[in-house]
Amino acid sequence: MSAELRELTAADALGRIESGELSPDELFDAHAEAIAGEELNAYLWRAEPGAAANGAADGPLRGVPVAVKDLFCTEGIATTAGSRILEGYRPPYTATAVERLTAAGARVVGKTNMDEFAMGSSNENSGYGPVLNPWDRSRVPGGSSGGSAAAVAGRLTPWAIGTDTGGSIRQPAALCGIVGLKPTYGAISRYGMVAFASSLDQCGPLTRTVADAAILLRAMEGRDPCDSTSVGIPGGVELPSRTDLAGLRLGVARDFSHHAEGVEPGVAEAFERALETIAEAGGEIVDVELPHASHGISAYYVIAPAEASANLARYDGVRFGLRADGDGDLVTMYERTRSEGFGAEVKRRIMLGTYALSSGYYDAYYGRAQRVRTRIVEDFARAFEVCDLIVTPTSPSVAFELGAKAADPLAMYLSDYFTVPMSLAGIPAISIPAGLAEPAGGGPELPVGLQVAAPAFAETLLLDAAHALEGAIGFEGKP
Amino acid sequence: MARGAAVLERYEPVIGLEIHVQLQTRTKMFCGCELSFGDEPNVHTCPICLGHPGTLPVTNEQAIKFALEIALALRCEIAPRSIFHRKNYFYPDLPKGYQISQYDIPLASDGELAGVRIHRVHLEEDAAKLSHVGASGRIHGSGASLVDFNRGGTPLVEIVTEPDLRDAAAARSWLQLLRTTIRQIGASDVNMEEGSLRCDANVSLRPVGRDELGTKTELKNMNSFRFLERGIEAEIARQAGMLDAGEAVAQDTLHFDPRAGSLTSLRSKEYAHDYRYFPEPDLVPVAPTEEMIAAARAALPELPADRRRRYESELGLSEKVATQLAFDADLAGYFERAIAPGSAEPVTVANWITGELAARLREAGDGGAGPAGSRVEPEAIAALAGMVERKEISTGAGRRVLAVLVAEGGDPATIVEREGLGGMDDSGELEAAVAAAIEADPAAAERVREGNVKAIGPLVGHVMRETKGRADGGEVTRLIRERLGVG
Amino acid sequence: MIDREQVLHVARLARLELSGEEVERMSSELSGILDHVERIGELDLDGVEPTSHVVALENVLRPDEPRPSLPRDRALEGAPDPSEGSFRVPSPAA
Ligand SMILES: [Mg+2]
Ligand SMILES: [Zn+2]
Repeated sequence: MSAELRELTAADALGRIESGELSPDELFDAHAEAIAGEELNAYLWRAEPGAAANGAADGPLRGVPVAVKDLFCTEGIATTAGSRILEGYRPPYTATAVERLTAAGARVVGKTNMDEFAMGSSNENSGYGPVLNPWDRSRVPGGSSGGSAAAVAGRLTPWAIGTDTGGSIRQPAALCGIVGLKPTYGAISRYGMVAFASSLDQCGPLTRTVADAAILLRAMEGRDPCDSTSVGIPGGVELPSRTDLAGLRLGVARDFSHHAEGVEPGVAEAFERALETIAEAGGEIVDVELPHASHGISAYYVIAPAEASANLARYDGVRFGLRADGDGDLVTMYERTRSEGFGAEVKRRIMLGTYALSSGYYDAYYGRAQRVRTRIVEDFARAFEVCDLIVTPTSPSVAFELGAKAADPLAMYLSDYFTVPMSLAGIPAISIPAGLAEPAGGGPELPVGLQVAAPAFAETLLLDAAHALEGAIGFEGKP
Repeated sequence: MARGAAVLERYEPVIGLEIHVQLQTRTKMFCGCELSFGDEPNVHTCPICLGHPGTLPVTNEQAIKFALEIALALRCEIAPRSIFHRKNYFYPDLPKGYQISQYDIPLASDGELAGVRIHRVHLEEDAAKLSHVGASGRIHGSGASLVDFNRGGTPLVEIVTEPDLRDAAAARSWLQLLRTTIRQIGASDVNMEEGSLRCDANVSLRPVGRDELGTKTELKNMNSFRFLERGIEAEIARQAGMLDAGEAVAQDTLHFDPRAGSLTSLRSKEYAHDYRYFPEPDLVPVAPTEEMIAAARAALPELPADRRRRYESELGLSEKVATQLAFDADLAGYFERAIAPGSAEPVTVANWITGELAARLREAGDGGAGPAGSRVEPEAIAALAGMVERKEISTGAGRRVLAVLVAEGGDPATIVEREGLGGMDDSGELEAAVAAAIEADPAAAERVREGNVKAIGPLVGHVMRETKGRADGGEVTRLIRERLGVG
Repeated sequence: MIDREQVLHVARLARLELSGEEVERMSSELSGILDHVERIGELDLDGVEPTSHVVALENVLRPDEPRPSLPRDRALEGAPDPSEGSFRVPSPAA
């Protein structure tokens, strides 16, 4: 019985609760119990079964449980950002996005594991151990929102929220065979979301259907006086209803999507099949150019670490979190606290960002990267003059084996190749399952994601098209 | 050590100031915590000003308004679009590990106040308060410090001048003018002792007549106007001593110790800084609209510099007196009230206030309260000045009335009545007094007749005594000479 | 290419204590990443404005109205070394 309940999409559950067939507490406990015994290491904090009292069942989300990436501050509930430096930290306040969800009637069923400070594409950088991919536990779920993706795919929550800075929602969604949406920068408040790269970070839903993603987005989007850069989505978000792509022009940028390094054959085939499906569904495929998108990774791995190097300076052992003994010396205390508290990838990016901003290097790195970013913004603007949406693969590869890229940071960074340009441009992009493909090294087939991007604040169009495409592809796979 | 005056004959000091002003907003620069002074530690903090994970800054509207008013008062150009940067460095009083400040595009620049050019005016957030509490009992026991974040995040306006000041006294009086100006705007209580006005000075010397600048040093911790002046004087002397000895002045940051009057270098303690400034991604640009600027301009009261100009051009006051009145907000208010009824010429009133009255109050030891703080109502001093101006009473009588006013206040006319100090309308009375004086001292009268002019003194004195100083000295002398036939 | 000395300088700026082995690894890894990043050096970016915000917003201001501060015990909760209602730290080199 409880297993069946965990098969329900959020929309189905909402329908049943509305019609009185299902009690929200029953639904909550079904998940809380499953989470208590989960073996994916997807959760860092778990609500007690029977603790459904945390949040009333009224409001449009009717008490449906939601999993929250541990990057969101939750008052009185441990928030680690996947880092040892925040072990035992209990925030004195709650993130706006989470507050909106609970105000709408959702109940937080757990907080999900993640790459430390959202830095990673495999979830192997968590200070609390890697998350396992429910499709194949010897493989990664992707990252940095790997815990949320694995939990949704593994039926450990109907839906979850995560954050996406360069692909951290879309890539794990692709590797776990679910839907992941990165909204337009500014659509959802960043207040209470532990910062990685402030000009890129954006909160978004990870769900099993496009419709569920629309419901969650709707509940969270909106201007927040606590976030100067938040605007919400002008005109709001319509729930998707399209059943075909008639009249829509979907752009393919071959200069970008076909020049990626190390795209697995299975991924390339799945992408070509998706293009055929688009045509069958009445969509028009048009060629567009994104001449600078292939430089996205380079720009991103200067801008994001630079902002991160400042955002992570507050972890200094003075006001909260870990403090190491500095033998009475302040600088020693700082250096030991940060060296013991941060993991290897976080240190690497702090070093990279500090270097890129240091005197003598700013112009060559940060300054140039910001100009490349301008070019990428212009590329998309030009492309959207001749198409309504742009499609690419979400990730060059399917889920890879644990440890496969751990030794090669650059190879890991390149798994963000397709997702980073949209982040730099601040435009919305969604990943939906495009089918299954055999991994490069052989073995059972694994999910492949299709990324669809739209102009800024065109979420309603994006979700509507993705919904139609979802139907046309008809992906039925589950772990 | 080289002596002050002599030094200035050989070297020309070149001085620039860097001023930090705490704004008098209700809340902090980027969060809703109330500003406070002297409260219990850490009772005005929130997740934002403690730099908790996930928090974001939101700019205080009033801080922008005050900053615009200050910028306009300093005749600056307002940047059409200014942005905030992050200034990165680690220090316990800096919760985020960076200070949100303005860097390459400040809110305003290129201004001027009383002949000193303003390089830039920008907004930033203040650091927290760090106090040393002695040995912490840790292994090395280098001591511990306590951090109080009440002050952290207070809005600051930083004002940087061009090096247009030429001596310590000028730096002091210019800073006093800046303080009056900002206090008048109501943007800050600008109190150096409490730290709401802080001033660092850049000092360099060059041989008189040369244009190229010498190496400059930066002086910190001069938390009173007196210390600012003494600190700069000490540094001028120090540099002159080095130059005289043929040594090169090294670029340095110096700490002024008021007690010892000495300067100690801070450089040794500083780790070479690289602030890695970059645009603050959590904030959007500040682009003052026409409305915002117009509103700020409209909110400006008459400022000391303009007031001095008006006193000179419209009221005909001397530059010295005009400056004395205009640059002191309280005194200016007192003067304005005094001339309001029009009971005397503004020049006369101004001279009485800055001359006789100021002097009396000093004698009376008023503790620097000045006219505004005295018993003498502005209307009273004006009335008194008027009576003397119209020769209704003599200057001497005027002084005596003033003495009473200073002691117990009141209305001059009443005092003149009471003390019978009124002028002598019927000259008969004076005639009689003169006759009586000659009667009383025939010897003196005789010597005057013989042409000994000095001998007239005692006779005049006699008349003045008789008339209790009401008589006009000049008139008395004329009458005596007339009677003794030495016209 | 970023050498050992640069790594140590940057680590000092970032307040990170790196072991000798970490310094070596950091030097080679950062060099590898920077080689890739430096491809943007090939692009002609003359006259291109830098982008630091993608949101076209200006003058997002907050009214100067007080909001409740934290009770002091909440502010100090989780502080590594609270003392006398304050946050205690080793004194900065004086
Ligand atoms: Mg400053
Ligand atoms: Zn605060």
